[in-house]
Amino acid sequence: MSDWFSQYNYIVVIILMMTGLYTVFASRNLIKKLAGLSVFQTSVFLLYITIGKVSGGQPPILIEDKGYGDDYGSGGDGGHSLLDGTIQVAAGDAAYILPGPGSDVLYSNPLPHVLILTAIVVGVATLSIGLALTVRIREVYRTIEEDEIEAADFVYNLEGTAD
Amino acid sequence: MNLIAAAAEPAFVVPVLLLDISLLALLVIVAIAIVRMRSLFGIVMLQGVYSLVSAAWFVSLDAVDVAFTEAAVGAGVSTVLMLSAMLLADRKSSPVPMRRQLGALAVVILAGVAMLYAVGDMPAFGDVNSPANSYVGMDFIAKTAEEIQIPNVVTAVLASYRGYDTFGEVVVIFSAGLGVLLLLGLNGNAGRWEAKPNGQVINDRTAPSAAGVEDTRTVDQKAEGDA
Amino acid sequence: MSDPNTKLDAQDALSERIGSDPHVLLRVISKFLIPLIALFAFYVQFHGDYGPGGGFQAGVILAASVILYALIFGLTEAKKAFPPRLIRYGMTLGVILYGGTGVLNLILGDEFLNYSNLGKDSIAGQHYGILAVELGVLITVTTVMIAIFYAFGSRQPETSDEDW
Repeated sequence: MSDWFSQYNYIVVIILMMTGLYTVFASRNLIKKLAGLSVFQTSVFLLYITIGKVSGGQPPILIEDKGYGDDYGSGGDGGHSLLDGTIQVAAGDAAYILPGPGSDVLYSNPLPHVLILTAIVVGVATLSIGLALTVRIREVYRTIEEDEIEAADFVYNLEGTAD
Repeated sequence: MNLIAAAAEPAFVVPVLLLDISLLALLVIVAIAIVRMRSLFGIVMLQGVYSLVSAAWFVSLDAVDVAFTEAAVGAGVSTVLMLSAMLLADRKSSPVPMRRQLGALAVVILAGVAMLYAVGDMPAFGDVNSPANSYVGMDFIAKTAEEIQIPNVVTAVLASYRGYDTFGEVVVIFSAGLGVLLLLGLNGNAGRWEAKPNGQVINDRTAPSAAGVEDTRTVDQKAEGDA
Repeated sequence: MSDPNTKLDAQDALSERIGSDPHVLLRVISKFLIPLIALFAFYVQFHGDYGPGGGFQAGVILAASVILYALIFGLTEAKKAFPPRLIRYGMTLGVILYGGTGVLNLILGDEFLNYSNLGKDSIAGQHYGILAVELGVLITVTTVMIAIFYAFGSRQPETSDEDW
């Protein structure tokens, strides 16, 4: 089943990247350009998260091993057959179920998640700067269409007066 | 790291596949709608939809922290920001002439084909043994359980192992806020100043730097006349 | 004859009592929701070690509660609830808290941003360090998001509605 499916996500990422890039290139409206930039940005997020996915994995939030901890006072041999055969790391007072041989727990890769988490927030920061610049451009040029801004600049350079 | 490979080979369950296929198809549809739409209000709203759908997709791929952030930041705050910026700017974007579209289309298709050519070399979706899933990323899981002992590995990596990265990012956010405040002003009055030297009102409209050459002359003449 | 008149009077009185405000439902619901949103932000912040969440998400949610308040009740009311002068302090305080944690580690003899010496053992130190750092992230993200919204929201458009 995973034969035809294995590269599907990458193809979608590329299509989204092309749409975003096309919007940035072809659109002459500054706000639409910024929207295209967001689409482009999100396609990169999708690529990273796709790479970090482990089939059969679960979110990288470690499962606490309650069967052997003394938090719940349940003792070590109470019916926890689900967790039998998992690896116990008992450092300090917390124990977590980790992946490994004989373990049926798998976590997805947390590193791409961290990178993208920070990238999203930086994305909104850059978006807000771009929007602020757009607002100031609109106030000076009375337009946010690139053609008209360039025309106004051309007239200004030619005649030395604002339109 | 071959230890992880030795774990039982788990197959994708059908619901995950269906979710993945349908959500990504929805994303493509929304993205194409964004390209074709000319109403800026529609574009901003579709932007929010796009963020929300991608957040749902992130959940289906185990990236719960990323999904949380995308839903709060992408669908929430950035939609509000784009709406308020749109209010200060335009509501419609003008149509694009055909010749400009063709050039952009050629460049984009070239880039897309080059990337599609490389797709065959990418690891299969969900591959446990792919290079990205074999080394440092997976080591963080074992190390967090030993050294930091908090269940959420993403928080541990974010705040502790990659603390420099996050510090840099906080500084980026700080400077972005600073930049917006410099451009627009906290009370929305940046670049709109007014002063009364010698009882004469000058502001950004009558200032020599804002107006053209002729306007400067009139301001000077006015000042002379007043004096 | 007097029936329709009294009916009209009753309607007038009702609309008088509710006010001519078409957003009364929004106001009532949001007044109930905003504290819950802020509370949820703090849950996300301090539960970030155990589940999805952390400083970035909590900061954005906390800012969203103020932004919702501003959208429903107006910017001047929001500026009374969250005064703009807090923004200047908050933006810098968050960065200083983050960097200061790193400098404290330097003083305690560790590397920059290695929290191991902050607690009685290295694990407790890591917990304290993550808590402090996430708090710094929360403060900066909240205030910057609110600052950006205030900046965009209080900017007066130069053109009237007819120009569009």
